[in-house]
Amino acid sequence: MGLKSFPGGIHPHDEKHYSKDAPIEVMPLPAKVVIPLSQHIGAPSKPIVKVGDEVKTGQVISEAGGFVSIPMHASITGKITKIAAYPHPTGTTQMAVEITGNGTDEWVELTDTKEYIQLSPDEMKARISAAGVCGMGGAGFPTHVKLSPPPEKPIDTIVLNGVECEPFLTADYRIMLEQADFIINGLEILMKITGATRGLIGIEANKPDAIKLLKTKCASKQGISVVGCKLRYPQGAEKQLIYATTKRRVPNKGGLPMDVGVVVQNVGTAIAIYEAVRYKKPLIERVITVTGKIVKNPKNLKARIGTMYGELLEYCGGTTEEIGKVISGGPMMGFAIPTLDTPMTKGSSGLLIFNAAEAHKDVEHTCLRCGRCVDICPMNLAPSIIANSVKYKDWDAAQKFGVMDCIKCGSCAYVCPAHIKLIQWIDIGKLEVGKRLRAQK
Amino acid sequence: MSNVYAVSAAPHIKQKISVSSVMWQVVLALMPAMLAAIYFFGFRSLMLTLYSVVAAVSTEAVIQQLRKVPVSVSDGSAVVTGILVAFNINVASPWWLPVIGSIFAIAIGKQIFGGLGHNPFNPALLARAFMVASWPTLTTAGWTATKPLFAITKTIGTSINGLNPASLPANIPSVITSATPLGVAKALRDTAQIGPDLAPTIMNKLASIETIQNLFWGNVGGVIGEVSAAALLLGAAFLAYKHIIEWRIPISYIGTVFVLTYVFGGINGLFSASLLLPIFHIFAGGLILGAFFMATDMVTSPVTKRGRIIFGVGCGVLTTTIRLVGGYPEGVSYSILLMNIATPLIDRLTAPKAFGEVKK
Repeated sequence: MGLKSFPGGIHPHDEKHYSKDAPIEVMPLPAKVVIPLSQHIGAPSKPIVKVGDEVKTGQVISEAGGFVSIPMHASITGKITKIAAYPHPTGTTQMAVEITGNGTDEWVELTDTKEYIQLSPDEMKARISAAGVCGMGGAGFPTHVKLSPPPEKPIDTIVLNGVECEPFLTADYRIMLEQADFIINGLEILMKITGATRGLIGIEANKPDAIKLLKTKCASKQGISVVGCKLRYPQGAEKQLIYATTKRRVPNKGGLPMDVGVVVQNVGTAIAIYEAVRYKKPLIERVITVTGKIVKNPKNLKARIGTMYGELLEYCGGTTEEIGKVISGGPMMGFAIPTLDTPMTKGSSGLLIFNAAEAHKDVEHTCLRCGRCVDICPMNLAPSIIANSVKYKDWDAAQKFGVMDCIKCGSCAYVCPAHIKLIQWIDIGKLEVGKRLRAQK
Repeated sequence: MSNVYAVSAAPHIKQKISVSSVMWQVVLALMPAMLAAIYFFGFRSLMLTLYSVVAAVSTEAVIQQLRKVPVSVSDGSAVVTGILVAFNINVASPWWLPVIGSIFAIAIGKQIFGGLGHNPFNPALLARAFMVASWPTLTTAGWTATKPLFAITKTIGTSINGLNPASLPANIPSVITSATPLGVAKALRDTAQIGPDLAPTIMNKLASIETIQNLFWGNVGGVIGEVSAAALLLGAAFLAYKHIIEWRIPISYIGTVFVLTYVFGGINGLFSASLLLPIFHIFAGGLILGAFFMATDMVTSPVTKRGRIIFGVGCGVLTTTIRLVGGYPEGVSYSILLMNIATPLIDRLTAPKAFGEVKK
């Protein structure tokens, strides 16, 4: 099949068998949702509702806090009961709007632009922005910003990310199997907006049926093709996926995909884009994988944004053993969160539950300087040297060895025999070096 | 509020690998060479190795107790050091030599710097340098022969190195002593000792298929661990398969020795050597042991990919220089020790270019 890939990377067990054969199930309406004002990279949105207001499903509850920001919408029908700080899937506490449902699901008025592909790129972007669409793969970058490159950086290729390289997660896989047409519609919209002539869908080899299905569907489409990728983590990282699918290298030290004429979007985001452009439907629901060895019935759930993780787990039958760790997202880059009273957001791709044994608590050993982290770093860095520089507060060395180029994929920590918490050290380095860089400017 | 769960930084899954699993796999990889040593030198080689390991492990435990840090001898790193110290001595050595060597390796080579991960030198090699400097006759003379050696060492080996079995300590096994092939090669450079007529003949004998076969399978004198290149390579292949050693250091090291001994190794000027001579140099002495098990010591070699190549080439240049023009017949241990010192500098100077580096 001529599988593509990138240099470096690791091969964790994919663990997708728990949930990969579970068709997407619609989660019943929750009685209450909590919608964080910040679910994306950029300025938090500003609430435009107050406690006591009645809202319909899809109604705007907060407006974008700047250009790099997105609005939020009510995901159920009911009354605003609180605007307060809530636990957030990133493990922090952030301002959120609580809506208590009235049991109905009364939507704001949607349209249906059947000839949506004839809309102007600006109108399409406006609809995407108004629908509050951001990247649904995890980072949550506002989509309309990605689609607005400066004129000197033309885009010729759209890459859709169907790699889903995080172990355990199967939401994107189910989407590709069940909603392939919508994904392709979204891709066509993206190509129209950016003027790109080529659309690529990157899918890893452990999803052969998705590759086959999308290949069949794309056969008649001009400029669109499926790229089968070797099974390797972190293939779904933006720069790695661009290299795997196009052989282009995004420049380091702050380079963006647009510098090599590419925009990457997750397959789930493509569907949100299609729905936003055609129906003006705001992004108020998404597919999330609830999984883990101890989850009674692992599922792929289509749930409303703001649904509590605890409710999702309960709907999946709870756990068979005592919970050791709760992870929002995948096991490689997801956040361990302290409580299940945390709402899912637009970037919540998975809820992963570990038992006590899986929640290993390793003690850091001194670095053996074995170089395994250097061998596999997909960004070709020397993670052990960076971590050591941070440990001894040698910020110049940390910067020189590329702390800012690290994509935090966690491959280094995965292979480290000394169990060094490399990502934790690198994170500290990123903060400190970032501060120094901004001070220099 | 429901339960509160422990949090930690990502990633939340981990490859099943630890410091001790790495070290014990190295121990396992050294076993073929141990078996070869027992086969060729007898059980004394096993006994010396056991003394050495016991000394290394006890020294580590005692010092860690004194330092009031957790005793970590079960991680296997002291066992590796103990084996390698014993592998670096002559099987005819007295029992106390590996014991003192191992105590030195662990105390001065490792714990004094803070233990595993902090030592700048390979502890076993540091101990070897210490033993060679302190007891030169015990460590570099009086080689124990394995089986009937090939003709060259039998006839002229003893005479050129001036060895006399009677001069050795009384408690060593009564076996034939002879020069190592590298000792013979060294003597060749001193034509006053051999005479210009004999030199080409001896050179041809050294660089012959027969000699190389003996070296490869282990039918030749030397220190305990270096006897059989085949056994060492078997262990090295296992470590490479397990991603515990990586190709860059051994291949660049051996490759450099190959090229340099081919260019400079002949006795009639540049490029006068036969192609078998560099192969002889690869399998003679401690190069295979050094390149796969000592130079690749993770703590004391560079972590960057380019750094590892520089390290290997540096070891190769030094080894060849010592073998061809230096005062010792063999230079593997000193080469690696010298490159160990350069490791931090090499790492600094070879910071990898991040993926997507813009070409200027």
